[in-house]
Amino acid sequence: MANVLEVASPGPLATLQDPGRPGWMKYGVPPSGALDQEALAVANLLVGNPEGAAGIEITYGSFTARALAPLVAACTGAWAPIQVDGAPISPWTAFSAAPGQVVSIGAPAWGVRAYLALRGGIAAHPVMGSVSTYIRGALGGIDGHGRALRAGDLMATPDPPAYANTAIAPAAGATARAVAALARRQAAFASAHSSEPASAPASASARRAIAIRVVMGPQDDHFTHAGRRTFAGEEFTLTNKADRMGLRFEGPAIEHARGADIISDGMPPGAIQVPGDGVPIVMLADRQTTGGYPKIACVARVDLDLLAHLRPGDRVRFVPLSAQDAHEAFRQEYATSRTPGRALRIRIDGVEHVVTLFELE
Amino acid sequence: MNHYEHSPRFLWAGDSAVVIQFGDDISPLLASRVHRTAGALESAGLPWLAEVLPSYRSVLAQFDPRLISPAAALEALQDIVKTIDVPGRPGTDGDKDGSQGENESDIVAIPVCYGGQFGPDLVDVAAHTGLSPEEVITLHSEPLYLVYMIGFTLGFPYLGGMNPRIATPRLATPRTVVPAGSVGIAGNQTGVYPSASPGGWRLIGRTPLPLANPSTDPPCLLRAGSRIRFVPVDEPTYYAMGGDQ
Repeated sequence: MANVLEVASPGPLATLQDPGRPGWMKYGVPPSGALDQEALAVANLLVGNPEGAAGIEITYGSFTARALAPLVAACTGAWAPIQVDGAPISPWTAFSAAPGQVVSIGAPAWGVRAYLALRGGIAAHPVMGSVSTYIRGALGGIDGHGRALRAGDLMATPDPPAYANTAIAPAAGATARAVAALARRQAAFASAHSSEPASAPASASARRAIAIRVVMGPQDDHFTHAGRRTFAGEEFTLTNKADRMGLRFEGPAIEHARGADIISDGMPPGAIQVPGDGVPIVMLADRQTTGGYPKIACVARVDLDLLAHLRPGDRVRFVPLSAQDAHEAFRQEYATSRTPGRALRIRIDGVEHVVTLFELE
Repeated sequence: MNHYEHSPRFLWAGDSAVVIQFGDDISPLLASRVHRTAGALESAGLPWLAEVLPSYRSVLAQFDPRLISPAAALEALQDIVKTIDVPGRPGTDGDKDGSQGENESDIVAIPVCYGGQFGPDLVDVAAHTGLSPEEVITLHSEPLYLVYMIGFTLGFPYLGGMNPRIATPRLATPRTVVPAGSVGIAGNQTGVYPSASPGGWRLIGRTPLPLANPSTDPPCLLRAGSRIRFVPVDEPTYYAMGGDQ
């Protein structure tokens, strides 16, 4: 096990995450894992790791770290300025750093969470099958007890390293998936998260609400017809109560038909619960496993990753569709992301980046 | 006699999960259907089934959308539930009320050192209920409790079966730290904290038994459907069993 990176500043919150620990909810443990699963998978593929390797989930940037060995890395997810010793690097592409060089990930132009993968993976002791950091439950992460990263933490390559292939090259299909995932996130957030000051009300109201597809239920019958119409017809604004557990919105009250209490039951991914005040809360990867508020709908699988990038002040529209249609949308995106695509041009801070993804296949 | 007035409802919970809901109340009969269904789904060896989560009155079954469509998953779940959730056949064979056979060897005994530093609220519970502390201990350790579900935190059991005579409201101001193993009362519920956490339950005792350990499989002592009994032990026994200060 060789140390490859030392965290100098973790920013507001940086945690180790992998795909998570599904299967333990019956014992009270949520799945955790990267909130933007595809972004972490792609970051891994770009550096030649298997897609399920551990990476660093960086919240709102301000992350700096020093290379301790020659390293190959990639940073995906939120569109954040990346620099190696001050030289800009395009996001969503593999880059290298020499020992002593400083890798920095700045405040994202759009999106919230960036994912840094290191070639060979990051060593940590898995807890219940995963190294994902579950802070509230004190599980996983760099110390096994749910601790977030802090200055001085050393990232080491596991022994043996997590390589999908031994050549320094992205795994087959990495480019196509990177382009598809990046295009999707850029379309959803680039215009919503303008780089102008958030205090400019004119530009805020000019922004379009972000559409989040949902499947109604399991407790949509706990709401009046008017309540369901409010949910599906009005816009809701994300408050600053937004973390890895859930997203609390504000907006018009969604009317319950018979109180806001149900007998506590299981919390599916993306569950949208509506407590007594009528405002929706969308539950994420670190959610409690059971809950006693009625769930009017659940976010469709195809849009779950997008929830990782919603910012306080963002307006969303919930768009209901059937479970089968939601599944078709998921299948289609899954297929598209595995079909070779084209490179992307993206402007960030006035500079045009051409995302130059090199193809192995 | 027909114990099952209603067939279970299958409700979508997004496009990668289904809720199988057996009713709308909390009862041992409903719980036995929930736990039997959860057990059957888990032992069915379905590669696409990602998560099976039993709760008071329903089972959440989550599937991998890369491996199966919602329609096919729903059909498969309905087929399995049909074979095990049969009207007129509640619980295990020979069962009258849906409760599982009360075979002593299936019961998890939870040793509890009541009162003193481990149960600082025992005297308050006694005062509130008009009982002596000894009577509270007797009433608390008498029943066979059913673990309806695990939730809130790793290994936290939601128990049914407490004698209503010892019901006591929560503390007005919750404690910032409740030690692991604490046994408490909150309204008409009782429970035991597997790990240290904040909490407002009235603490009446503590168990030396570790209820949760993330590095073992299973990671906790109890599961939905377990039956437990609290067994009073004295302080030397508590320490001899490895209990913390």
